[in-house]
Amino acid sequence: MNGVKALLPYDFSPLTIASYALVLALYGVALLRMPDSERPGPGRIVTFVVGVMLCYAVMQTAFDYYSQYMFFVHRGQHLILHHLGPFLIALSNPLPVMRFWGRKIPRSTLPWLAPVRLSYRVLQHPVVAPVLFVGLVYFWLSPSIHFDAMLSRQLYWVMNWSMLLDGLLFWWLILDPRSPYISNALGYGKRMLLLALVAVPQMLLGAWIVFSRGMVYDVYEVCGRAWPLAPETDQLLGGLLTWIPPAMMSVLGILIILRRAMYEDGRYPKQATALTQPSGHMNT
Amino acid sequence: MPTFISGTRIAALIALLLATFALVGCDQSVREWHGKDISNLMPPLEFELIDTQGEAVNASDSEGQVRLVFFGFTHCPDICPTTLARLSQAVDKLPENERERVTIMFVSVDPNRDTPEQIAAYTQFYGDRIAGVTGSEPQLRQLVKRYRTTFGYDEPDENNNYNVSHSAGVYVFDTRGKARLLLRPDLTVAQIRDDISALAQERRS
Repeated sequence: MNGVKALLPYDFSPLTIASYALVLALYGVALLRMPDSERPGPGRIVTFVVGVMLCYAVMQTAFDYYSQYMFFVHRGQHLILHHLGPFLIALSNPLPVMRFWGRKIPRSTLPWLAPVRLSYRVLQHPVVAPVLFVGLVYFWLSPSIHFDAMLSRQLYWVMNWSMLLDGLLFWWLILDPRSPYISNALGYGKRMLLLALVAVPQMLLGAWIVFSRGMVYDVYEVCGRAWPLAPETDQLLGGLLTWIPPAMMSVLGILIILRRAMYEDGRYPKQATALTQPSGHMNT
Repeated sequence: MPTFISGTRIAALIALLLATFALVGCDQSVREWHGKDISNLMPPLEFELIDTQGEAVNASDSEGQVRLVFFGFTHCPDICPTTLARLSQAVDKLPENERERVTIMFVSVDPNRDTPEQIAAYTQFYGDRIAGVTGSEPQLRQLVKRYRTTFGYDEPDENNNYNVSHSAGVYVFDTRGKARLLLRPDLTVAQIRDDISALAQERRS
């Protein structure tokens, strides 16, 4: 595979392409129409687009082919879908864009969105979110489920989309640009704690894969690899990608939150906490 | 203090999810297969290839047969000879009426080196229930993609010898062409025989 072919989808998914196009279109239109005072700067726009395009690239180019037939490339794919891509998207702070479209929703339809809001609040609960974040990694990497997911086209798509959506939810919870001092966003201490907590089980899983003597994921053996690579090497690389980069993403996240916490320390008067009392839920 | 949602509601939702999983878990098939059951994971058998006579062949040509599809290449040093020998032994151990309903399909994924004649000589060595097929690389790519597998070539050496990565599993389709089992390489001949015997005994609906 080379040239243009490498950029074309291996497994064409109209729904995936339409979803990415819609996200970029909504972002672009909002940028053009929103007031200048709210518009994100070029750095944030580039960060957002890079995050989105990274996720697109691992789902709808030749990268997806290698992800299906090489364990370590698959781990790289999930590193982007669950960590790096959503991390960049959340870091770019698309909140003004979300507010812009939020204002367009007719008030009459708001009651119909109640189940969505409830699901969102459940998923963003500070206990549910990290359990789901790590739980999904363990779920899709449990050998028998991983075997099925790589054999079934439908399951494979469910796996990748679930990793991406959960990554977006988790990193949005962590990198939420609103200050906990003046909104009901999660406190900085809790955010750092969550990042530390999710790193440990991922490191354990990665280490277990690296140090396993036998083949943990034999589906790549049974279904053939993209090129003749020693199975042990494939598993070792995949294990390392599960072990080290996610832990580093947590460290990076903690540093960003720490910087924010230090920056905001003492900036808001104590009575600001009273502002959070009347509001019952997050306004996104 | 941020307010998110009450613990009781979360507990109720988790209980609901667990109950759903428990109900799903109750749906178990009657038979315990030695191979991996792929009934709900893979599409039915469909292909357009060429046989050892160089003639076009498709899945309907062998309808009514339990088909054991295996991807390989005739220069394969280990997996292909072992697998074909074991499949052949398993089929030979079947009663005559069942044996007649089973075809082993050896799909060569190395069409540059494996001519139809070479494939015919190769498969005949392992038994008379083996049908050798191959195709152009795009035809083969389409087929392997359908069954979530692939193949790849190493760089050739000075004598044009190269290794080919390919599936080590055997895809089993029933007499109607429905995907049923994936036989892992670690199954014994007796286990393979048991599984294909059960499939050969199934009535056609």
